[in-house]
Amino acid sequence: MNPSRRLAAQSLTAVALGLAALGYSSVALAADTIKVGVLHSLSGTMAISETVLKDTVLMAIDEINAKGGLLGKKLEPVVVDPASNWPLFAEKAKQLIGQDKVVVTFGCWTSVSRKSVLPVYEELNSLLFYPVQYEGEELSKNVFYTGAAPNQQAIPAVEYLMSKAGGGAKRWVLLGTDYVYPRTTNKILRAFLHSKGVKDEDIDEKYTPFGHSDYQTIVADIKKFAAGGKTAVVSTINGDSNVPFYKELGNAGLKAKDVPVVAFSVGEEELRGVDTKPLVGHLAAWNYFQSIKAPANTEFIKKWSDYAKAKGIAGHKDKALTNDPMEATYIGINMWAQAVKKAGSTDTDKVIAAMAGQTFPAPSGITSTMDAKNHHLHKSVFIGEIKADGQFNVVWKTPGPVKAQPWSPYIPENKGKKDEPDLVAKK
Amino acid sequence: MRWFFLLMAALVLAAPARALTPAQARALATGEVESRIAALNAVLPTADDAAVALIQAMADDAVKFTDSVVIVMKDGKGFDPVSGAAVAVPEAAEDVINNNEMRSELDAALASIKLFSPDAKVRAEAIKTLAGEPSESKLPLIEKAYAAEAVPAIKDAIGHVRAAMLLGSADKAKRLDAAKSLGDSGTPATKTLLLERMKAETDPEVRAAIGVALGAIEGRLAWGERLGVIFTGISLGSILLLVALGLAITYGLMGVINMAHGELMMIGAYATYVIQNLFRAYWPGGFDYYVLLAVPASFGAAALVGAVLERSVIRWLYGRPLETLLATWGISLVLQQAVRSIFGAQNVPVENPAWLSGGVAAMSNLTLPYNRLAIIAFAVLVLAGVSALIARTRLGLFVRCVTQNRKMAACMGVNTARIDTYAFALGSGIAGLAGCALSQVGNVGPDLGQGYIVDSFMVVVLGGVGQLAGTVYAALGLGVLNKLLEGWQGAVLAKIMVLVFIVIFIQKRPQGIFAMKGRSAEA
Repeated sequence: MNPSRRLAAQSLTAVALGLAALGYSSVALAADTIKVGVLHSLSGTMAISETVLKDTVLMAIDEINAKGGLLGKKLEPVVVDPASNWPLFAEKAKQLIGQDKVVVTFGCWTSVSRKSVLPVYEELNSLLFYPVQYEGEELSKNVFYTGAAPNQQAIPAVEYLMSKAGGGAKRWVLLGTDYVYPRTTNKILRAFLHSKGVKDEDIDEKYTPFGHSDYQTIVADIKKFAAGGKTAVVSTINGDSNVPFYKELGNAGLKAKDVPVVAFSVGEEELRGVDTKPLVGHLAAWNYFQSIKAPANTEFIKKWSDYAKAKGIAGHKDKALTNDPMEATYIGINMWAQAVKKAGSTDTDKVIAAMAGQTFPAPSGITSTMDAKNHHLHKSVFIGEIKADGQFNVVWKTPGPVKAQPWSPYIPENKGKKDEPDLVAKK
Repeated sequence: MRWFFLLMAALVLAAPARALTPAQARALATGEVESRIAALNAVLPTADDAAVALIQAMADDAVKFTDSVVIVMKDGKGFDPVSGAAVAVPEAAEDVINNNEMRSELDAALASIKLFSPDAKVRAEAIKTLAGEPSESKLPLIEKAYAAEAVPAIKDAIGHVRAAMLLGSADKAKRLDAAKSLGDSGTPATKTLLLERMKAETDPEVRAAIGVALGAIEGRLAWGERLGVIFTGISLGSILLLVALGLAITYGLMGVINMAHGELMMIGAYATYVIQNLFRAYWPGGFDYYVLLAVPASFGAAALVGAVLERSVIRWLYGRPLETLLATWGISLVLQQAVRSIFGAQNVPVENPAWLSGGVAAMSNLTLPYNRLAIIAFAVLVLAGVSALIARTRLGLFVRCVTQNRKMAACMGVNTARIDTYAFALGSGIAGLAGCALSQVGNVGPDLGQGYIVDSFMVVVLGGVGQLAGTVYAALGLGVLNKLLEGWQGAVLAKIMVLVFIVIFIQKRPQGIFAMKGRSAEA
């Protein structure tokens, strides 16, 4: 067989196989399953964080199927790997909706990946559940944001540090990695601090390049800055740069009780590969901690550790860790299932209407409510202190769930923006 | 021993010690932070040794409670805080959680007890803790300690804390005295206090005194800052020197553009990690000394990999820089993936031994971390070793003669192929040493090397290819320059400015700081 003939034969076989598969699925599966897309990076730099979210979705799907599925049909997950490649996210999203005919997608971690798929979901009028805390400044009819908006994480954390229990900080170091999430968050925080009467000379905003590892100068600067009054550090440092930063803090003798550092992207999973001794007493703000004592949480952790053991998920089968985005994913998929039941259909617009006001007993111990209009969850905010074993002691929480403000009122340009998505999708 | 001091301290305390009651223990350990602090301050003046033990246990996070009892944990067993009798720990017992506010109150309480310890060192430590947050409620205690103190240095320190507490006093004369006395303390905490008082102060005389004191303190602090910049610069320079030294041999002397240099460092760092784990598993008592074994291990591991690389790949590419570059870059990817497959994609934790954690307070606002000091010393040792090896040993002589004139060296009977392997292994081994050092300050992960490869080439090229001395000057120069710029313009801009500086410098002086002289330059 010469090469071109062989190629032709191969492609023929492929087409035949494809047709067979299509025929099979349309006959045997399409009738009695509901397809659910999972769009998380399983390779590349984000794989470390996103892989467990894929497993969380699969676990929840198994659970729903074990209870008999939805509308008399079983759920069928369609897992794709966008490989931490932002444009690929959009392609894979198109494939999920157009080819695989999924009715809903759970996915994305970084803001840039969400921005990349957003036009696809709006154009094809499909549904995306986004489970990670983010910088706000976005609201789409086709997206449900189950992670925190800035007023559900950053602002309560700063309020806590201002309070007497948090140390009564008067001066602020806003320290972050140099990219969009820290810059937007710090812009909001600066405006918030101004509104609390903090002057510009009492705010020190600093950025470091990605992967920065020499924090000597920054720590020395913090020390100098802290001499001017009780200081707290708000850290949006991303990824593993946190370790040299905290190590340097410890070595320079800045203790958590003198200069507390509150971090927005350090959680249980991030502390897994870290020597936690120098971090003890520093803070993190999330809407969920594994250490929260609540029956729903005990159940959630047990489910996850059983699932991880059964499926042999690397790392988690020996030491099962849960974290905030996993909780947000879990709430998201369960609320979606409830909404489908209520609507009696998987049609996008009907499900969106049914999502409003859904409630779910969240692992964080509250009853989580989907806002009637703005597509965000009402969330309790917890401040945790890092313990030597890599878990968090919850030292403070909001009295009740907080409503999300995707358009931060502290950014002047947001004045007059509606707190709900336009009902007609942008074309 | 500590218990003994605490016991003594409790005995020396002014008021007659009153026995801790179960109700007090409960109030200390449970409830809202506010009420616990109130309970702590109520118990403190009359604390007996049971109360002191309970406070200490709370500071150590070793207290549990249930609805009815408070239990002090020691070595996994429960004890009643009042009677000291062993008790069973119920399943439902929860840990007593202290937030930062509670923890600083507990520390202050312990410090005020330790202030009466017979051991001068314990007293000096205690007064340091108390200096952080002067509160007037502790003034009588401090007055008493001040009167009782015999050691002049500690008496001074107590005097400063006393002055800090008196700064808010209603009596103008006391405030004036306090301001004057604080002028010669020179800690950043004092500056904070004075600044705050300055805002509230209305009396012109006291304001003037505070102004004078502030000026004196700021003058002293400024020196600490200047020295701090120089120290951080040298510290960064020493790291740059370590990462570039291996490359100065493989690239500088041998001319191999080794893009896998960073991965050799990573191998050194992982060797350190493995040694650490072995110590933890088989000899936990000697954990503090694992670094001493990790140094030769990281050298050996990286040198071995380097030797294998040279024999299998690089040997066939001498004199073809472009192919070498591509091949070594490929090797770097292979090595990264190999480590990912063996150890996982996530960073691995490498713990500092106790003697490398913390720092020495050289001045009130200048702390020199032990790990940085150790790396500076280590860099000096490695540099001395390498230059002695190159300049004084037979191997060094052969390396120099092979790199200067390969054919002539071969004619003289030098086994040039073997010398190449040795030299490359040496350069790789030094990269491994750098990795071992980096594991003490940064993250250990598969892409550790990526962050340093540009820096190391930068240093070697800037210093002048083929010159060890140039590498040293370039590393220290870049380190100090980077830190000066970072203090002035922030980390992001500093990095850019340094790169721009190097581009301009290399354009004006392509041969680097030190040019090769003589016939070897043309070879």
